[in-house]
Amino acid sequence: MNQTTILPGKKMTELIPDLFSGRKLKDKLFLIGIVIFSLLTISMVVLIIGSMILKGYHQINWAFFTQSPPDTFQAMMAKMSGKTIPGGIINGITGSLYLVGIASLIAIPFGVLIGIYLYENSKKRYAGFIRDITDVLQGVPSIVIGLIVYLWVVVEITHGYSVLAGSVALAIMMLPLIIRSTEESLKMIPDTLKEAAIALGTPYYKVVMRVLIPSSFSGLMTGILLAISRILGETAPLMLTTLGNPAINWNIAKPVSAVPLLIWQFYNDPNMVDLIWSSSLFLMGFVLLLNILSKWIAARQKK
Amino acid sequence: MNDINTQPSILTIENLSIAYDNDKLAVKNVSATIKKNAITAIMGPSGCGKTTLLRAMNRMHELYPNITTTGKIKLYDENIYDMSTIKLRRKIGMVFQRPNPFPTLSIYDNVIAGYKLNGIKLKRTERDEIVETSLKNVTLWDEVKNSLHKKGNFLSGGQQQRLCIARALAFKPDVILLDEPTSALDPIATAKIEDLLIDLKENYSIVLVTHNMSQAARISDNAMYMYMGELIEYDETTKIFTNPKETSTQNYITGRFG
Repeated sequence: MNQTTILPGKKMTELIPDLFSGRKLKDKLFLIGIVIFSLLTISMVVLIIGSMILKGYHQINWAFFTQSPPDTFQAMMAKMSGKTIPGGIINGITGSLYLVGIASLIAIPFGVLIGIYLYENSKKRYAGFIRDITDVLQGVPSIVIGLIVYLWVVVEITHGYSVLAGSVALAIMMLPLIIRSTEESLKMIPDTLKEAAIALGTPYYKVVMRVLIPSSFSGLMTGILLAISRILGETAPLMLTTLGNPAINWNIAKPVSAVPLLIWQFYNDPNMVDLIWSSSLFLMGFVLLLNILSKWIAARQKK
Repeated sequence: MNDINTQPSILTIENLSIAYDNDKLAVKNVSATIKKNAITAIMGPSGCGKTTLLRAMNRMHELYPNITTTGKIKLYDENIYDMSTIKLRRKIGMVFQRPNPFPTLSIYDNVIAGYKLNGIKLKRTERDEIVETSLKNVTLWDEVKNSLHKKGNFLSGGQQQRLCIARALAFKPDVILLDEPTSALDPIATAKIEDLLIDLKENYSIVLVTHNMSQAARISDNAMYMYMGELIEYDETTKIFTNPKETSTQNYITGRFG
């Protein structure tokens, strides 16, 4: 309570009681609103993760990570005798890692270099143009990117569905994210640090390579990991570019499977529906892990 | 002005003008000679162009395309605008207003950062020696000798600033430019840096920008007074403070101004 007195014998609160209580009421109402809406958001996440775990955990075993999916007959037999479905999604796991790996190899050098260019020339008209194009690219529906890569790579280069085509599609989706996060994390570095290096007679490219990049390393890594976790779940462009493969494949010119592709295939096979949940659980867990890792890297750098 | 002219000089500034965005003149037609093995203070109110003038001496302005410079600055007899910036900045080191050690490097690596960043290979013994003498020069050696390979972020502001001076000294430059090096520091750290600068002038020529008049009076040999981009007066510090020729200088040092 405010004890300040303005008029002798009267407290401040007595002088303006209406205004005072009205503010408190509004404050309370606003707080309640915030709590309700944030609980709604949290419960959404909890419900999604909870149902994944409840429906998927009993399928997760050693075979799940080491074997390819069963055929529909094996799955049907297992289901009828009440056993868990045999086999796993190893072809999808290796395929996803392969695709993401190649996509990163393509997208990271391009994205980081373009990000550096935008940071260095932020006021030039050409840089503004690139920035706008990047925003447009981010808005292109993933299925459209899949179609274009089908025309460019599947038809023209590998003459069939392939790892390369899938990786190119995913790399195009990663690019805008990496470009913008590189630019943003470079902007966070104080100019004084750049000047310190310049004043030591360091050529400009070495300032970029040895001061700017290491200083913004955590920002760069965070951007890259977030881009990866974003494309891990992409399904539509992969359907048009790499199709799927019932076995593990390391040939870059041949089709490969991926976890989201497997989920789609399991969905279309009534005998294998159970595998949807465990695959989704795996995919979500993996993405979550990458998110936590990127947060950890960002936090570690701040120390 | 006779006395100051007889001292040997190291930097000669001739008709230097610096403009921002082509029309705003920050430094107007300044000519002066910076003396060897002396501390030259540049004083003046905020926005008078003192930092701009200092940063012209190692061509830091070239980072920013909207700044144009005309005129000459000579290091001994060589026009610095004809030298490569890389060579120039090794001869004319700089210390900034806020301590800015490289956060990703250890204390040891910070001192030899100039060599490291430029990819100059040194033998281990040479490296150790440069680090030790540079840190001893700035009286930081005893404080950090047991944590040389840790990152410098646990150092105080004053220690960080001395580390930055050590980093500038490691290249054994001819001139050290300091841009208000103590404005972010407390009085004790300031006193240490001031003592250090007086020691350093035996081997180096020092140019110091300061808006702290008493600091200029305490440690500088010669002083410039700038106002609105013009060099109003340049003389020995004692003359500037006891018997200034210009009324504008007099007003500034007596505090009737600004």
